[in-house]
Amino acid sequence: MTAAVRPKVELLSPGLIDRILQEAWLILEREGVLFENAEARALFRDAGASVDEAGQRVRIGRRLVEACLSRTPESVTLYDRTGEESFRVGGDDVHFDPGSAGTRVVDHRTGRERPPVSEDLVTLARLADALPNFHFQSTGLVASDVPPVLGDSWRVYLALLYSAKPIVTGTFRVEGFGPMRDMLAAARGGPEELRRKPLAIFDACPSPPLKWSHLTSQSLIDSARAGIPSELISMGMTGASSPATIAGTLVQHVVENLAGLVLCQLAAPGAPVIFGGSPSSFDMRKGTTPMGAIETMMIDMAYAQIGKALHLPTHAYMALSDAKTPDAQAGYESGIGAVLAALAGINVVSGPGMLNYESAVSFEKLVIDDEICGMSYRLLEGITPREDPLAEHLFREFKPETQFLTLPHTRKWYRIEHRQSPLPDRDTYDAWVAAGAKDLPERASERVREILEGTPARRPEAGLADELRRIIVDDARRSGVASLPL
Amino acid sequence: MDLTRFQAMSQAVIDGDREAAAALAREALSRGFDAQAAVENGFIPGLQKVGSLWESGEYFLPELLAAAEAMKAAMAVLRPALEAGREAALSLGKVVLGTIEGDIHDIGKNLVGALLSANGFEVVDLGADVKIDRFISAAEETGASIIGLSALLTTTMLGQKRLVEELHSRGIRGKFKVLVGGAPVTQKWADDIGADGYGENALAAVRAAKALTGRE
Ligand code: B1M
Repeated sequence: MTAAVRPKVELLSPGLIDRILQEAWLILEREGVLFENAEARALFRDAGASVDEAGQRVRIGRRLVEACLSRTPESVTLYDRTGEESFRVGGDDVHFDPGSAGTRVVDHRTGRERPPVSEDLVTLARLADALPNFHFQSTGLVASDVPPVLGDSWRVYLALLYSAKPIVTGTFRVEGFGPMRDMLAAARGGPEELRRKPLAIFDACPSPPLKWSHLTSQSLIDSARAGIPSELISMGMTGASSPATIAGTLVQHVVENLAGLVLCQLAAPGAPVIFGGSPSSFDMRKGTTPMGAIETMMIDMAYAQIGKALHLPTHAYMALSDAKTPDAQAGYESGIGAVLAALAGINVVSGPGMLNYESAVSFEKLVIDDEICGMSYRLLEGITPREDPLAEHLFREFKPETQFLTLPHTRKWYRIEHRQSPLPDRDTYDAWVAAGAKDLPERASERVREILEGTPARRPEAGLADELRRIIVDDARRSGVASLPL
Repeated sequence: MDLTRFQAMSQAVIDGDREAAAALAREALSRGFDAQAAVENGFIPGLQKVGSLWESGEYFLPELLAAAEAMKAAMAVLRPALEAGREAALSLGKVVLGTIEGDIHDIGKNLVGALLSANGFEVVDLGADVKIDRFISAAEETGASIIGLSALLTTTMLGQKRLVEELHSRGIRGKFKVLVGGAPVTQKWADDIGADGYGENALAAVRAAKALTGRE
């Protein structure tokens, strides 16, 4: 029997990929990229790149980039907190995770945004843990009830306490890296074990155009040395911080990400790196960065295709929306984004649950998006010829009254071939009215409550919880934070 | 100066043509024309037209910013020739603007700056990652009436609070109006920290600045 064809969409011709790369080589070598971080510049200088210390500019020849590319693993395998379940980030595998670092949460009682508190981070971790179509969790909210100096490590602490899934996260300050790494290593049983079985991905964003800040360069260096995969998040905004054309923005995207990749490899040869991004189109009236615009998704799909051509694992911010409530716009933008990301074979897709550009998380939307992600995975499985013959044998004794509902063939296959989806409304009109005429956000809200009341959090064992507590309390003390909310 | 020359000045602003705007300004001066008239009858009507093209949905941000740039280029040439009192009358006031220390997000701040200057404010842009102290010293040195603080991170938002406190502790709170904005910033935050104005977006920032200077 033949296997299913995996559906796939590519936007760039090989010729266009080549032109983009040619221009990227030229810019890397001629104009170079700014690195604010002195240690990063020293690494480049030692590797023979031309470094202008005063201007903080690093010019990187194609040979060095290619040598670094050849050292970068084609795939990374993440393991959950238990170390048992593994996820390959590479090939055309797709893993969805909630979007990151929201500064607002949509309060389901009022439907309005408010600053998130630590309890919301716990809720997010628990939901991400329980919802089956998120392979990873993310530190998707920034708690307003802890002082900002502790913002980054506090998120990882709560993530490790309330979910066992691998974590997509990132630093907000250089000092944040140490405690974050220590907590991950503690969960794994040591730094070497963490290196062998990565538990988290650290996002780091260059500053468009053509610059890596002090903080994010340090994150790349530190992560590479600890064996923690870095996700390179170039984020041009067409016509604002990158060229207005899609192909032009792709050139800048490749330059920024490759400069970051070289730094990772210089810091630690063989370091795991993911070719990611969060670019966007730019709304020339509102001055906003629509993540749900089709052009945004086209840029994502295209740079991921280039990442694949360079034999790298890939990532994108897709399956999110600019709407302010989980409404129809939220549904279509997230739905289109998720399906396109899946069809593009993007390995890590961050975004579900997010509204209002990248700034707010709605738990209802998270539940809805989980359904969208489930549909996307199913689409990727494609159409499998389950039996041979396919159906001819079912028609051998065909009579007008033949009923498929009673055939053993139906019972054998319907569960395998079709997803069961309790969330979407598939009632008759009368049954829908009888059940309270609830719309999707209402049903999603009920599902949130069901999970929180019915699915216990996968907490770590007491010894680890104590160790994590010790690390975060220590970090708090060093950062001058006197008390913690949880 | 004749009507067609004034029209050409307007048109240079409407087209966002920096070179043309500066060239027309230089030409006016070299021929001994009145700088004041060039501004009031030439360049400002262009800016007003741009405003209405924006309102009607014809113009988008790139056209708006290009027009602001053209206006700036013309003013750079004409300013020295304007009588001191007259110059002040043309300006709605000086705004010292920047993104707070530790924060490199500057696109929103740039938009705010461009729209403020397009609307007649004189903007002293300190850039991104700016220390609290620098805001205050720049405001004192330039005689600005407004300090505008942009913050995109929850961490750097606190800098807005610190600036207000710093003004208090130096006993100069009354000297400057403080305008705040940035994605995580809300009206409530602005009220809580005792800022004078808040802009949810760049146009709101202009409205707030006008209200603060009593020009609305
Ligand atoms: C004076 O009076 C006023 C009045 C009104 C004012 C005003 C001042 N200033 C602004 N306004 C208002 O008017 C403007 C025009 O309408 C508006 O300005 P805005 O700036 O809001 O709008 C702009 C026109 C368009 N919007 C933007 O330019 C910001 C978009 C998002 C996606 C964003 C971008 C682009 C970037 N980022 Co950053 N970034 C995000 C942003 C998410 C978001 N949706 O806000 C946010 C703010 N970033 C975040 C993060 C975490 C980070 N970023 C970082 C870096 C970057 C880039 C450099 C890559 C890039 C900025 C490029 C640049 N040159 O500015 C890092 C920090 C670097 C640093 N030290 O500052 C880094 C820490 C990521 C990392 N680990 O590398 C998040 C903040 C979370 C938090 N805890 O606060 C974030 C919400 C995204 C997310 N969900 O993760 C209004 O706010």
